[in-house]
Amino acid sequence: MDFFRAWLKARPDYEQVVRRRGKRALVFGTPAFLILAVSGAASLALVLLTVVAVVLYVPAWNYYRYGRWVVVGGVLLLAVFYPFYQANLFEFPIFGGFPSVDTGVTMLIYIMMALGLNIVVGYAGLLDLGYVAFYAMGAYTAAWFASQHFHQVNVHFGAVGVNPSVPGIHISIWIVLLIAAIFTAVVGVIIGFPTLRLRGDYLAIVTLGFGEIMPQVARNGDHLFGQNITNGPQGINPIDPPGFGDTLNDATGVPSDYLTFNTSFLGHTISGVELFFWTALVLVLVTVFCSVRLRDSRLGRAWIAIREDETAAAAMGVPLMRTKTWAYAAGAFFGGIAGAYYAAFKSGTFPDDFFFNISVFILCMVILGGMGNIWGVIIGGGFLAYLNQEGLGNIGGWLNNHFSGASTSSDKWFTLWSNEIDVPLYSSGIFGIILVLVMLFRPEGLIPSSRRKAEFREGVSDEPLYDVQH
Amino acid sequence: MSNDQARIRFAPAFRPSPLSVSGAILVGLLIIWLGVNFVKEPSEFYGLFLIGLTNGAVYGLVALGYSLVYGILELINFAHGDVFMLGGMLVATMTTAWFATTSGLGLWVGISAMLLVTVAFCATINTTIELVAYRRLRNAPRLAPLITAIGMSFILQNIGLRWKGARPTSVPDILPRGEVFTLGGVAYTWNRLIVVLFTIPVLLALIWLVQRTRQGKAMRATAQDREAAAMMGINVNRTISFTFLLAGGLAGAAGLLYALYFTNVRFDEGFRIGLIAFTAAVLGGIGNLPGAVLGSMVIAMIESFNNGFGWATPGSDWSQSIVFSILILILVFRPEGLLGERTPEGA
Repeated sequence: MDFFRAWLKARPDYEQVVRRRGKRALVFGTPAFLILAVSGAASLALVLLTVVAVVLYVPAWNYYRYGRWVVVGGVLLLAVFYPFYQANLFEFPIFGGFPSVDTGVTMLIYIMMALGLNIVVGYAGLLDLGYVAFYAMGAYTAAWFASQHFHQVNVHFGAVGVNPSVPGIHISIWIVLLIAAIFTAVVGVIIGFPTLRLRGDYLAIVTLGFGEIMPQVARNGDHLFGQNITNGPQGINPIDPPGFGDTLNDATGVPSDYLTFNTSFLGHTISGVELFFWTALVLVLVTVFCSVRLRDSRLGRAWIAIREDETAAAAMGVPLMRTKTWAYAAGAFFGGIAGAYYAAFKSGTFPDDFFFNISVFILCMVILGGMGNIWGVIIGGGFLAYLNQEGLGNIGGWLNNHFSGASTSSDKWFTLWSNEIDVPLYSSGIFGIILVLVMLFRPEGLIPSSRRKAEFREGVSDEPLYDVQH
Repeated sequence: MSNDQARIRFAPAFRPSPLSVSGAILVGLLIIWLGVNFVKEPSEFYGLFLIGLTNGAVYGLVALGYSLVYGILELINFAHGDVFMLGGMLVATMTTAWFATTSGLGLWVGISAMLLVTVAFCATINTTIELVAYRRLRNAPRLAPLITAIGMSFILQNIGLRWKGARPTSVPDILPRGEVFTLGGVAYTWNRLIVVLFTIPVLLALIWLVQRTRQGKAMRATAQDREAAAMMGINVNRTISFTFLLAGGLAGAAGLLYALYFTNVRFDEGFRIGLIAFTAAVLGGIGNLPGAVLGSMVIAMIESFNNGFGWATPGSDWSQSIVFSILILILVFRPEGLLGERTPEGA
């Protein structure tokens, strides 16, 4: 105990930090806990989850050696075991239950895309309104290299769940992910090369243009110069499932094919969805690791310098074009992996998935969470992806139940509108409201990086130094 | 000695940069494409030309709004296209309710009344947006108002979706369809001419307003330097509000013409037309009013020729891609546009 106290004395502000966080946890946590408990969510799971959250949040873990890994490890453990306890969790009022594992996969993939976009928007400060183009490139790469689309040829390499006599290019999804990432990064460089000379809003518009061209190319790509490249509006499906093949399965026990996988573990049935979930978790971890290492690298510091003041950065010897292109390539890289993995998860690629809405949706994640902050982007991305997948539907159900004239439920309070409102239909408007509110009242996002916050509060000199020539 | 003299050059040799060469090649290919198609099907050419002229007039009205706002705030007001579409929806409602069968003088009085109502409606929306969403962010980093503008655009789109539903709303066809003149065997009807006849005076009036009036002088001063303008006694907030009022009014007028001419409106059409109009404004030189209309004409012609021609033409499947390719090419090769001034982006 003396040792412990001595250790604490070396960090005089430790108690202060803990007290502040404890106070914050009480102020925000108690009402939340009470609301949940009153609304009928009182359960062992609620108490346990609250305890875990308090233990992870309140102590200043980063004051201990290896302490910062406690929070990361704790969150990671919660995420890894999510499929096991998801069914036993409580329900929130209005929002409904916790997201299903299936939604969890989508959330993780969107988190990955948001992290990729965060490199471009959050680190380098380049507004990219066409990020969906990278997502589409990744998805179509997966479709080309792991489906029957090119049935003129017959290439098989490590693909699982496909009969060797089936025509088409069938390459193992793990390799395809890498191909997609590299291919998309190259496309990012090609797009970036002519456009990154532009500043600010002009760059945004050009990327928007690319983002709008891409779905049209995908839709009309079934008769491009007489070739069927994208199979037009029908899209390409099915895409081969991921898996490690029978040989590796026999040798090490890793699953051979995600789609046919089925086993029981800790009293819980593990099927493909859980495998997709854990694989997505690994991919997100890789993305986070790369994001952190990139941010702290020489390149990352150059990005931040460009973001804060392009002219000053150039004067300090930061090569503008090269640095920006790298930001683009890195962002595109992760967008490509995410797109390819999403295509493999949904087992198909359709041109209608790549509209401008998705670009803004991902941008909204980055902005809501806090540009440049990895925790913020993860939380923003997860929350918005959950809203889009399940949350809005649940909220809409709750609203219609209580306020719709068509409701016959016993929960009905009073009639605000006559027919049921399809709330998910208005998702883009809701994201629009989020964008406007965040920009007006908390432009640095919910969990900002302190540096970005200062930029938004005090302003940066991103105006060009010289004026329009008349 | 002689070596020194040899170094003196009197005039720099004419060396076009690779950029301008490739730009010239592109324009040349475009002209060849037009020429070949003209020789193949002259009557088709005239027909498409007239369609392009009319569409260009509609785009022009929207593009003028973009240009005005960009000129004064350097803000791409994404919500502009959606304000325009809400105006179109209001016209759809009013026409269906009141003017389904009117003709003669009553029709013109009715259309003028609708014009006033729509202009007032859209001007109010646009000014409110500026007041609520953009004013607070005037000194924020430039990307903040841009992101807010995208958010506003989505909000307005969803208001339109809630109002009229996801399917196109048809508008009663009340414009007269009499023939005005024929060009190369193709008739030009009144309903098209009205659109063009509307845009040109509006452009002239705008130029007069910006160049000759006190309010226009205040706008130009605010565009150049807000702080200095404020020091000279110009009420900057009021001037910017006035600009948004003007742009909203233009959007309303464009919405009226669009709804009556195309006879249907849809909630997401505004965003699409808005992007085309923005491209046109960039093509003409953003901030430059005649440039906006010229750019709109060019874009509309290219779009219309592309939809109709037979020889070496991508066709209507690709019209959006072509418009955005033009946008990208213009921004990369000539950011100042056809008639614009050189901006720092163009260096």
